[in-house]
Formats: sequence, C-alpha cells, structure tokens
Amino acid sequence: MSKVDLADGGWHRLHPATPFLKGGIALIAVVGVIIANLRERIFEWLFPQVAVCPPGEGWCEADPFTRLLDEYLVPVLLAALGIVLVFIALFWVSWRMHTLRVTDEVVEIRQGVIFRSHRKARLDRIQGINIQRSLLARIFGAAKLEISGAGAEANMQLAYLSGANADALRAELLRRASGLRAREAAEAVERAEAEAAAVVAAGEEGETAEAARATLADIARQRLAEFSAPELDPNLAPPESVVTMSLGRLVGSTLLNVGTWLFALAIVGIVLAMVLGDAGPFVLFGLIPMLFGFGSFVVGRVVKSLRYSIAATADGVRVGFGLLSTSNETIPPGRIHAVEISQDILWRPFDWWTVRVNLASRSASSSSQAQLTTTILPVGSRDEVFKVLELVLPSLMNDDTRALVEAGLLPARPEDGFTTSPRRGAVLRWFSWRRNGFLLHPDAVVLRRGAVWRSLAVVPTARTQSVAVSQGPLERALRLAKVRFHTVQGPVTPSLGALDALDASALFRDTASASVAAIAADRTHRWGSA
Amino acid sequence: MTDDAPATTASARLDPIPGEWRGVSPKYIVVDLVGNLIGGIVSVVVASFSIWLLHWGVWGWVITIAVAAVMIVLISLTPRRVRAIRYQLREDDLVFRRGLAFQRIVAVPFGRMQLVDITRGPLARALGLAELKLVTAAAATAVVIPGLAIEDAEELRDRLVALAETRRAGL
Repeated sequence: MSKVDLADGGWHRLHPATPFLKGGIALIAVVGVIIANLRERIFEWLFPQVAVCPPGEGWCEADPFTRLLDEYLVPVLLAALGIVLVFIALFWVSWRMHTLRVTDEVVEIRQGVIFRSHRKARLDRIQGINIQRSLLARIFGAAKLEISGAGAEANMQLAYLSGANADALRAELLRRASGLRAREAAEAVERAEAEAAAVVAAGEEGETAEAARATLADIARQRLAEFSAPELDPNLAPPESVVTMSLGRLVGSTLLNVGTWLFALAIVGIVLAMVLGDAGPFVLFGLIPMLFGFGSFVVGRVVKSLRYSIAATADGVRVGFGLLSTSNETIPPGRIHAVEISQDILWRPFDWWTVRVNLASRSASSSSQAQLTTTILPVGSRDEVFKVLELVLPSLMNDDTRALVEAGLLPARPEDGFTTSPRRGAVLRWFSWRRNGFLLHPDAVVLRRGAVWRSLAVVPTARTQSVAVSQGPLERALRLAKVRFHTVQGPVTPSLGALDALDASALFRDTASASVAAIAADRTHRWGSA
Repeated sequence: MTDDAPATTASARLDPIPGEWRGVSPKYIVVDLVGNLIGGIVSVVVASFSIWLLHWGVWGWVITIAVAAVMIVLISLTPRRVRAIRYQLREDDLVFRRGLAFQRIVAVPFGRMQLVDITRGPLARALGLAELKLVTAAAATAVVIPGLAIEDAEELRDRLVALAETRRAGL
C-alpha cells in the first residue's frame, strides 16, 4: 500500500493484507494441520519409489480419505475451491466495508456487513494513541492503530494500516486534536486573504484582478496543504529515549521481587516435603507447570521491556515496548490522572523504582496490554525516575519541586515539607507513621506512604474527580482521619490514612478549592491552542 | 502534628467545611426505617433458622438475641442517621456528608460531573421522594443524596447540569 494521506477528509480503506493479518495465525494453523495429517501422502507423491502405503494393504484401502480421493477427486477439489472462494469473498467484502474518515473535529469508523456499525469520536477527547506491530504484521510492514477514549469500550481500533501511514495518521490526529492546526490554518488563510486584498487593490479592474484572486486562492490552498504534509514536520523524527533499559537491571529487578522469592520458598518447601515425607519423586511433576508459568512470566517481562523507550514529543509523551511485537503509545498532555513511584523492598539496595500511572483509557486488547500502558517505567534508577516525571508531569517538575519529590523518596526528615501523621498514628501505621504524610503544591498533591514498601503518589489537582475525608470509630477515638482523592480507575489509589483530624480537614478543604481553581485554568484538552 | 493540642470536640469530629448545610426530607426516615426493618427481620430469621438447623440449643438463641439487639440499635439510630445526611452547594462544588460512626465527606467540583441521575424506589415514590446520584469519571466518588422531594431533586439536577456545563473542561 502506497503512502496516502488518510486524514484528507474522505473515506479510506485499511491495508489490503488486513484479512490475512487478522486471520493469519488461524490460517497458518489450518495449513499446519493439513500438512501434518497428509505428510505421508505428500512424502509418497514426492518419492513414489518408496511407497508408504502399498496398494495391497487393507488399512490403506479402508482410509476414507483415500476412497474420497480415488472416487470423488473432482467434486472434492471443486468443493474445497468453492469454500476457499467464499471465504476470500467474505473477507474481501468485509475489508471493502471497513472504512475510516478523519475530519477536523472527529474520527469515524464504519464496519460490518450484516451488522453495520458506525463509530464517531471527538478528537479533543482522545486519551492516547497506540501503534502496535505484531511480529506477523511487521513482516508485512503493517501496524495496528488504537485510539483510546475514556471508558471501558471507548477505543477505536484501526487494524491494519501500513506502517508509514499509521505513523503519519497518528501525528496528524494529535496535531488536530491539539487545536494547533485549526489556529495555523486560520492564520494561513488570513495571511493569504491579506495578500490577495493587497494585490487586488494594486491591480487593475476586471480580468487581471480575477486572475490574481484565482492564483492567490491557489496559494492559500497550498499553505493549507503544507500543514498536512508530514514530511515537513520536524517533530516526526523519532525522538531520543531519555531512559535506556539494561538487560542486567531488567533481569535483576524481575528476580529480586518478593513474589519471586515466595515462589522459590514454595519450591524449597515442596522439595523438602518430598525428601522428608515419602511422597516420592512424582511430586516433582507437579512443579513443571509452575516452572513453565514462572519462566514465561520472566521471559515475557524481559522481552517486552528490553526495548523500552520513553521520549517527549510535541504532542505528549511517547512510550515504546516490545522486542518482537512492538507497542508504542503517545499520551497527550493532561491525560495522566495520577502517578505513583514505588519500590519493592528488595530493590532498595540498588535504588531502583517503578513508575505507574492512572489513565482514563482502558485497553480493549487484554489486561497485560493495560498493564503495559500503565507501567510507564518498569524499573529505573532515581535519576531516570526524575527524567520520566519531567515527561509525564511537565508543568510540575522544576528545580524546586525536584527537591520535594526527592524528599518523598527518602526516609522522613524534619523540615522536608511533608505534613506527617502524629505519633498516635502509629496505632494504625505501625512502621510508616513517621513517613506517612502529604505535601500540597498548588498544582498537585504529593502523598508519601510506606516504610517497608516505599511509595510516592502525585495527583495533579486539575485531574482529581472529587476528594473525600472519612473517619471511623477507632479513628475518631484517636482523633485521626483519612483523605482519599478520587481519580479514574488504575493501579494508583491515592489515599492517605492516619492523619491528624485537623490536618486531614485542612487538606480536604485546600484540595477541594485547589482543584476547582486548577479545573478552571486547565486547557489540556486542546493542548496546542493555549 | 497537633499532639499537644487539647482534645476538643472540634478536632475529634470532622467538620472541614462549616457553613449552611442542607438536610434531607424527614419523610426519608420512613423509607430508611422500612428498609432497615426488612433487613433486620431477614437477618434475625436467617440467624435463627441456621441455629435451629444446627441444633445448637439454648446457647444458639443467644446469637439470635444478639443479632436482634444489634438490629434494634441500628433501627433506633435511623432518625439520627438520616439527619446526618447533609449537603452544601458552594460556589464551585457540591459537598456531601453522611454517617454517624463512619463519617464521610465528599467534595465534587461542578466541572467534574459527568451525569446527574434521579432514581425513585416504590416507597419513596409513594412519599414523593427521589434520590439524586452524581457520577464523575471516578467510580469511587459514589455520591447519592437520598430523600429529596421530587421537585427539589429535579430543580437541583437542572441546576447542577447547568453549572457543570459552564465549568466544563477535559476529563
């Protein structure tokens, strides 16, 4: 498929190899089954001198397949051909009926033959655009583009587009969604009109002026076309990743995991039980599926995260994953609802951290895909965490806040800016009451939690949906309270318990008014037009 | 960090936003009472039935009596619980509070409301009451104002929708 402008306002079809790519694995499996079943026959056809099935033997004669081929060869072939043709026709029709259109305001997809569906999504509601290339699709140079909306089934999948088209379409969708294009186009038209007016004023009456007007209309059109020509856009050059993943750290962090150690302990326990008891070596067979499961988990994580990349683009942060099948998501500004930096206790000697985010979109594909998108940094050093934070919270991270966040990753110190639980909070937070605290920045709430599993959650006040303060009987007796910030669903649950009731009330009051102000000032749904 | 502060009632009881709180209709006590009564009767019957099945004898009935006692306390607290349901419309957000032993106070900015829902159960409808539910993009918000007179609920809904429209931003 040649490179076309998918965003020119007309209806377009998908990559012609789409049916094959969608049904590709099934097709390969069917061919594989046929070959496996017919391998002796194929062998016989290729080397007739070594007959596997000599004509005299009874079991060969009784084989229904042999009789079918001997007696009804032509009808069988015709039937097979007919089925193949029907399938090709069905795929072709469904490919013809699957079209997309991109206008300045919306993207639309029409699909289905018997059950037609027509889905329209507003561009300023885009939560992220993901380009996935499975191994098979990469061979064909195709890619799947997924436009995420907020909500459970709000994604629009464009499977498949040619790779270059997918990249260009993403850039164009993001540019239009940002509101930038509308402004630039308006400016271009204004400029061209001003030039036309000047020429008309200078020129003579009659035909010359008409001609001048026509050529200037062409110029205006050309200006408009320039904005949609992606080759001229410097932002399309692949941006440099700010974090590079090393194999050693990835394997180390996967193995140094409390879950891994529990698994190892379970194995040791089973082996001990086998040796001490008289269960016999058969117990070992029970371990095989566990080992397979664990091995595939480790290999899957390493293979997915090995070519991890994260980079800033003009239209948000771009996160890439995958070695064989790649996935590459662009999240526009203001689509990240909460960020959590956390550390497994076994990672502490190495100062490794992981960063997770809450997004309004939920991937339709699978939960593992969702986990990929929400884990924005699988494992990284403290410096890398800061680089990632600068990308995901660009308005918040500067030299002043860097010190505050750094304090949030360390054990509690006096004068580090955090308001922590009072001493009586130790009843509810046995180890972490010294660290358990919050910090209210005008644009975000920073929650520091955990002494064993350290974590730091950052919630931009412009993204909180609501805020709650609550108190149970035990908390009332201790004059404590809990504050919870409601954001869209995700791996981060920003709440902070065991706070002094007065501190909690103040935090509740201040966040409520800060988020009202932040919502009023928020312009990120059209991030380019600010 | 107010360990030295005297244990005043103000610090023990959550009251982050003093001001003009509006309560719900006293008729809602009837609705809540009926719901609690049915719940109480069902739990007492289930408890006694399982004890009768298990042949626990006299000591088993102690459990039934305990269940019944808890239910009676819960039911007797219904009027206070209903009076504790309060809400406040401020300039840019709605604050909702409920609960006696377990208190919860939620502030929902108008710009964050995705939809406002009115539902009516059979008993509430007979008494002319309705329930107003606020939905944001976060499931945990869970703000339901019960026991509003139907006209008040509709007026409040229209007002909230209009307010949400003027303050709308992205998600």
